[in-house]
Amino acid sequence: MPLIRSAGNGAGQVVDDPWTLVGDDEPLPENGPVIVTLARWQQDRESLIASGRPLGVRLASDQLAGTIAGDLPHLSLIALEFPSFRDGRAYSTARQLRDRYGFRGELRAVGNVLRDQLLFMHRCGFDAFEVPGADAAAAFARALGEFSVFYQPASDQRLPATRLRPLRSAAE
Amino acid sequence: MYRYDEFDHTFVRQRVEQFRDQVERRLSGALSEDEFRPLRLMNGLYLQLHAYMLRVAIPYGTLSSRQMRCLAHIARTYDKGYGHFTTRQNIQFNWPALKDVPDILLDLAEVEMHALQTSGNCIRNVTADQYAGAAADEIEDPRVWCEIIRQWSSLHPEFSFLPRKFKIAVTGAPNDRAAVAVHDIGLRIVRNEAGEVGFQVLVGGGQGRTPVIGAVIRPFLPKRYLLSYLEAILRVYNLLGRRDNIFKARIKILVQQVGAAVFADMVEDEWQQIKDGPVELPAGELERIQAYFAPPPFETLPDADSGFADAQAGDPAFTAWTRSNLAAHRQPGYAIVNLSLKPVGGIPGDATAAQMDAVADLADRYSFGEIRVSHEQNLILPHVRLQDLYPLWQALEGIGFATANIGLASDIIACPGLDYCSLANARSIPIAQEISRRFAALDRLHDIGELRIKISGCINACGHHHVGHIGILGVDKKGEEFYQLTLGGDATDTAALGDLIGPAVSVHKVVDAVETLVGVYLEHRQNGERFLDTYRRVGLQPFKETLYATH
Repeated sequence: MPLIRSAGNGAGQVVDDPWTLVGDDEPLPENGPVIVTLARWQQDRESLIASGRPLGVRLASDQLAGTIAGDLPHLSLIALEFPSFRDGRAYSTARQLRDRYGFRGELRAVGNVLRDQLLFMHRCGFDAFEVPGADAAAAFARALGEFSVFYQPASDQRLPATRLRPLRSAAE
Repeated sequence: MYRYDEFDHTFVRQRVEQFRDQVERRLSGALSEDEFRPLRLMNGLYLQLHAYMLRVAIPYGTLSSRQMRCLAHIARTYDKGYGHFTTRQNIQFNWPALKDVPDILLDLAEVEMHALQTSGNCIRNVTADQYAGAAADEIEDPRVWCEIIRQWSSLHPEFSFLPRKFKIAVTGAPNDRAAVAVHDIGLRIVRNEAGEVGFQVLVGGGQGRTPVIGAVIRPFLPKRYLLSYLEAILRVYNLLGRRDNIFKARIKILVQQVGAAVFADMVEDEWQQIKDGPVELPAGELERIQAYFAPPPFETLPDADSGFADAQAGDPAFTAWTRSNLAAHRQPGYAIVNLSLKPVGGIPGDATAAQMDAVADLADRYSFGEIRVSHEQNLILPHVRLQDLYPLWQALEGIGFATANIGLASDIIACPGLDYCSLANARSIPIAQEISRRFAALDRLHDIGELRIKISGCINACGHHHVGHIGILGVDKKGEEFYQLTLGGDATDTAALGDLIGPAVSVHKVVDAVETLVGVYLEHRQNGERFLDTYRRVGLQPFKETLYATH
């Protein structure tokens, strides 16, 4: 599945994915960055940290940010699952990881990631997206460009209308 | 009234263009109906029994005459010449063609309206007291905060895929006309002991198949914290609300499951993280929005008007109307006027394009161009001089909106029911029509006094039957329409859920049953008490005995 990484200015690039998702019963690859489930993380935490490689954890939609909040210094990536596009828990988990716990690594949206939701995800702090389709980068750019006005601050850099209005008045 | 600035205009137009693209993809076959469904629902477009239905938001029930004329234009141009005002201060058009919907949305955008978030599992159109900004008993105008909530919740990136739909209602007056206790979040503007104004916050109320009266989780929230506190509630709900069972996904189930006190603690924990952060309104924004809701240029008038008094003395029909259809205004010499959309034998909440245009003209002439929509499915002209009441009444007679029945037995809330809705088990509208015919005689109607009858065609309770003084719920029994009756429900500040009286009655007997219940009330009534008061005093038993002895 193509991986889009947000490149700022509303653009996205299809990039090679250096990460390996390792199943709970699979052996770890020789080297390279790995993503493990929360269960495996909790079980093999010490040896994974000792391995010195970049580490990522994949959270199911019912696994809360608080469960790994203390481990964030060891993690370079967190993947949040959308088991269905209707399951919006990962939006809040992403916001808590970014704003409450200060996670600055890669936040990746995986699962049923629909184009019409990419902007919401980006606003909630996701910066990488597993999106199907050959034209994923174009779809990403289009989705992020559909709106230029936002009404609430979120975990992104976009200024909401409430902040822009006084700036505009001051400029007049 | 709030007016869009360049940000608001741009936003709504971009939303229309986004949807136009989605509709084109659907019409060309690039999107299947399955893929299109969640997209159209986010723009208030439902597929019903016979056709698409477009639900347009009337935020906090406030409309200008210009907006009303646009609704008339849409009814005339794209529909069958009428629209239906709903219990959530929306208007529904029942017959639009899919290809026309983007153009309808563009027409709406021109008059600063939209259909955003009138469906889907998101924060829905926020509702308010229909007398806001006019009511004599009001502490502060709730619409200022409704507009702030409307903007904050518009395409909220975090809260557009909640476990279930989410409804917020706000009242600025101690007499609750917005039914805030049966909303996911109810906000009551209150004054604390220090004289400061803030919000009492209720959570987890709702109707549907599990009716619940909301619990107060915060007795007093300073106004400046409203958005951070709402965001905390929504975040807790989004993370912890059930998603495995659609019938248990509303916030009320979560609040019941953990208990209101524990839920309040969870909200508190989240809130402490975000309060005083970027979500709070920046300096100046509250004042900017408040300025739009400044009172209109009222004249300085005496409390009484001799012309009005003379008209009352000379015309009993006018007098009856003034008894039921007016409410007290904060400004001396003015009244709040209710336009009844419940004519005898009519469809509750329906209005034709001609009626909408006429109301817009009357609003311009008599009410500073302002119109309101109530959750009882009526219209309101909020600011009418006493001296104008008689000519206004005559004009309303001319368009069929002068039925003197506000709050009375024929002022019925009814959902669309099996005549339109794909979820319904039974019809609602014909029952409402028949009840209104039975109680057509004005003398009798006024003698019975306040009586809130509410009818739902299925357990989803869109007709608010749980909080009707008499609630009527349509059920299907082996292919036949039956109706369960509940008594003692109340949507106001003394909110209560109705008690089921006994076995359901057949479609042929339900209207007789309502008459029987009213008869029992009249028999037991003391000192001019309302139906609800009598019921609370004597209980279910006398009603039950008489009903089932008779039927």
